[in-house]
Amino acid sequence: MTGPLAGGVLDWQQHFASLAANTSNGYLAAYYAAGMVSSDTPISQVPMAALDIETTGLDSRHDAIVSVGMVPFSLARIRCQDAFYQVINPLSELNAGSIAFHRITHSEVDEAPALDRLIPELLRAMAGRVIVVHYRHIEREFLNAAFRHYLNDGFQFPVIDTMEIEAGLHPRQRAGWRRWFTRENTESIRLGDSRTRYGLPHYQSHHALTDALATAELLQAQIATHFSADMAVGDLWK
Amino acid sequence: MQVELLEIRNHLARFPPFDTLDEDVLDGIASQIEISYFRAGTQILEFEEDISELHYVRSGAVEIYRRNGELYNRLTEGDIFGHFGLLRTRKVRFPAKAIEDSLIYLIPDAVFTRLCESHDDFADFVEAEGLSRLQTAVERQTKSNELSKIKVRKLISRLPVTTFSNATIQEAAQIMTSQSVSSLLIMDPNAPSYEPFSGPQPGMTGILTDRDFRTRMVAEGLPAQTLVSEVMSPNPITVQADDTVFEAMLCMLRNNIHHLPVLHRHRPIGVINLSDIIKYESQSSLYLVNSIFNKQSIAGLAALLPDVRATYLRMVQDEASAQMIGGAISSIGRNFSQRLLELAEQELGPPPVPYCFMALGSMARDEQLVVTDQDNALILDDSFVPEQHDDYFLQLATLVSDGLAACGYTYCKGGIMATNPKWRQPLRVWKNYFSQWIKQPNPETLLNACIFFDLDSVHGEASLVDSLRNLLVDEASRNEPFLASLARNALNRTPPLGFFRTFVMEKDGEQNNVINLKRRGTAPLTDLIRVHALACGSKAQNSYDRLDAIAATKLMPPEALVRLRYALEFLSIVRIRHQAADLEMGREPDNNIEPEKVPPAERHNLKEAFQVLSNAQKFLRYRYPSLQSSRTL
Repeated sequence: MTGPLAGGVLDWQQHFASLAANTSNGYLAAYYAAGMVSSDTPISQVPMAALDIETTGLDSRHDAIVSVGMVPFSLARIRCQDAFYQVINPLSELNAGSIAFHRITHSEVDEAPALDRLIPELLRAMAGRVIVVHYRHIEREFLNAAFRHYLNDGFQFPVIDTMEIEAGLHPRQRAGWRRWFTRENTESIRLGDSRTRYGLPHYQSHHALTDALATAELLQAQIATHFSADMAVGDLWK
Repeated sequence: MQVELLEIRNHLARFPPFDTLDEDVLDGIASQIEISYFRAGTQILEFEEDISELHYVRSGAVEIYRRNGELYNRLTEGDIFGHFGLLRTRKVRFPAKAIEDSLIYLIPDAVFTRLCESHDDFADFVEAEGLSRLQTAVERQTKSNELSKIKVRKLISRLPVTTFSNATIQEAAQIMTSQSVSSLLIMDPNAPSYEPFSGPQPGMTGILTDRDFRTRMVAEGLPAQTLVSEVMSPNPITVQADDTVFEAMLCMLRNNIHHLPVLHRHRPIGVINLSDIIKYESQSSLYLVNSIFNKQSIAGLAALLPDVRATYLRMVQDEASAQMIGGAISSIGRNFSQRLLELAEQELGPPPVPYCFMALGSMARDEQLVVTDQDNALILDDSFVPEQHDDYFLQLATLVSDGLAACGYTYCKGGIMATNPKWRQPLRVWKNYFSQWIKQPNPETLLNACIFFDLDSVHGEASLVDSLRNLLVDEASRNEPFLASLARNALNRTPPLGFFRTFVMEKDGEQNNVINLKRRGTAPLTDLIRVHALACGSKAQNSYDRLDAIAATKLMPPEALVRLRYALEFLSIVRIRHQAADLEMGREPDNNIEPEKVPPAERHNLKEAFQVLSNAQKFLRYRYPSLQSSRTL
C-alpha cells in the first residue's frame, strides 16, 4: 500500500498535486491546489500550524469533535493574531464524562455550529501549512472521518508529531526487568511533561487552543534543543 | 474573530505594567502577541539592531547588558525588555541574551505605542530611567494622606484677634473672653502702616495664650496691670498659609506649642491650634507629645513605648510619606530627650554653665525610624571648667542616656553619647574637633563626620550648635580635599543591581538572599546628599531640605535631584513598611529584606531607586575626580 497513511517517506508536494486533481470537492481541491513545501525545505522556512482537537472520546468511528484550536507559526514565531478556536456541535449527545474534561458546557455546544460549517474556514487556515500536533492519530483520523461524513471525501495532510519526536528522544525501555533492575525511569511523553523538560511553562491542558499553542512552543523548543533549523521538513513529517 | 488566549492574558494580568489594564485590553494584547523560544546562551537582541517589539519573559531568564558588556539587569518571568529602544531610536540599546531556556512573548510596536498613549500607568512604567515610575509609586502611596495635601490656610476660620503690646494683661484677658479665643496675637504699636480693624497686619511681636496667664501671671503673682509685653512669648514660631497641615503639625510637635500664627508673607492672617490639626490627624502623635511632657519619671516615659510604636503603625497605615513619618518620629524622639533633660535639671538643679544637648545623625536630619539607637552629645559653654562642672554634666548625660535606653532608644554601640567624655566638651573643643576632621580626614574621622555633621539642638542654648554649624559649613564647603574624601567615603556602600527571583542581584552577577535596605540604600543616599549639601554651603540637615538647597545652586541638573528625592522617599518608605510589618508580627524590626517578600511592582521600583543611587554615585565620582587616583591605590 502506498499513500501517506502508510507512513514512510513521501513526497507530499507531489501527492498534493495528485489529490487536487482527483477530488470532487471544491474546498478540498482549493486546499490541495494551494500546494505544499517540498520535503527538502529547511524547517526554518516551513509555514506550519499547530492543531489540536478535543473530542467526545478516542474512537473516530463513534466519537465526535467538540472543539478545534489552531495557531499558525514558523520556527521563529508563533502568531497569536491568526489563532483559530471554535467549539463545535457534534450533533449527538455529549458524553457526560467528557464535559468536565474539556471544560465545555452543553449550552456552549448548543449554540455552536456543526463542523461542516467550519470546514471552509479550517481549510483556508491550513492551506500551505504543515500541521503540527501532539499525537497525530487523533487529529488525522477524526478530521478524515469528519470529512468523509460531511464531504464524502477523505482528508490527507502532512503532520509533524511532537510526541513522536519526543518518543524518539526517549526510547522506552525494552524489558520490564531491566528497567526494574537499573531503576531507569521511562520519560513521560505527554504534552505537559514533555514541555517541562524544555523549561516551558505549565499550561492548563485540554483546551484546544491552549494545547495547540503548547504544541507549537514544544516544537520550537525541540528543534532548538536537539536539531537544527536547517534540517529538512521531510525528516520530520509523516 | 478574536479568540481568547487565556494562558497569555492571565499571565500578563499578574505582572506590571499589565496588571493595571482591563481584561478586554489584555485580551487585545494577547491576540497580537507573537511567541518565540530561545535556548540558553542564545542572543535575543543584538546592540543597535532594529527593534519593533516589546519583549516579555514568559518563562526562563534573560540577561540585559550595557553596550560595554556590563551587566544591566537579570530578568525573569513577567519582566519586560526592549522598551528603551522602542521609546527612542528603534534600535536595541541594551543587548539581551537568554541565560536559561526562555519563552518570550513579543508585543508589536503598534500595540506598545497605543498602550503608552492611552494608559498613563503603562506609560509611566515603561518611561525611560523610571523617574515617573518612581514618582507615580511615591505619589500613589501617599495620595490618600490628607495631612500632606491640605494647606494650613484651609484651617483658618477667622481673622486673628490682636492687641498691642502696651495693653495690660487684664485688657488682654477681656478681649480673649469676649472673642472666645484661647490665644491673642500681640502687635507692635510702633509698627509702620498699622491701621486698626482693617484686617491682617504686619508687625506681630508676640503671642499670648491661656496657658501664659496660668504659668506666667498667676503662678508668678503678677498684677493685672502688668503689660502684655512682659508676659507674652516674643517672636512666636509661625507657619506660612501655603504650608501643609503636616508641616504645621511637625512644627507643633517639634516645639511643643499648641497655637501657631499663620502668616501670608509677613502678615498674620489667623491662628491655628492643636485641636484644628487633630481633626485631620488620626494618628494622634500630638496627644503622644502631650503625654511625654506630662510624665514625671523615667518609668512613666518608658511606659509610652507601646504608644510610640502604635503611632508609627498608624502613620504607616494612613499612608503617610516617609518624610512625614521620619519627621514625626524624630520629633517624638526629641520630646523624650527634652522631657528627660527637664526631669534631670529638676533633680540636679540648674546647670552651672549654659549647654546645648544635641541630636546627631538621623534624629538631627528628621529621618529617624521607630527602632534606633541614641546618638547625642553635649556642647558646653566655653566658661566650662571640667574640675568644677563636669560632675554635673556627667550626671545629666547619664540620666538622659539611661532614660532614653529605658524608652527604647538603645545605647549607641559606637559610644556616640554625651556620657562619653569625648563628646561632652566646651564649644572651643568641638570647633577644634570639626576643624581637625575637615583639615586632616582619616577613615575614623570621616565616619565621625557622617554622624556629627548632621547635628541639631534638642535642648538648651541652640546658639552653641549654630556656631558649630557655621564653622562646619564655612570650612567644609571650601575644602575640596575634604569634600573629596567625604565623597569617597560616600561611595563605600553601593546599591545592588536589583532582584532576580528570590535573590538580590549584585553588579558582578553574584546573588544574595537578603538585602539591608539601610546599608545598601538609604544610608549611601543620605551620605552623598550630605557631600553635595556641604559643597553648596547649606546648613540644612534634612535630606529633602538639602536637596532643595542643592537645587538652588545648580550644582546638579534638576531632574537628577527630583530622581534622588523620589528614590530616597521610596527606599525609606519600603524600609518603614517592612519595619511596621515586623512590629505587627511581634518581631524586632530590622532593615533586612528578603526578596521573596517583595511584590513584583515594588521590585521594579526598588530597582529603579537603586539605579538612581548608582547613577548619583557615578556623578559624585565624576564631580570629585581626585578619587580616581586614590582608588587605584
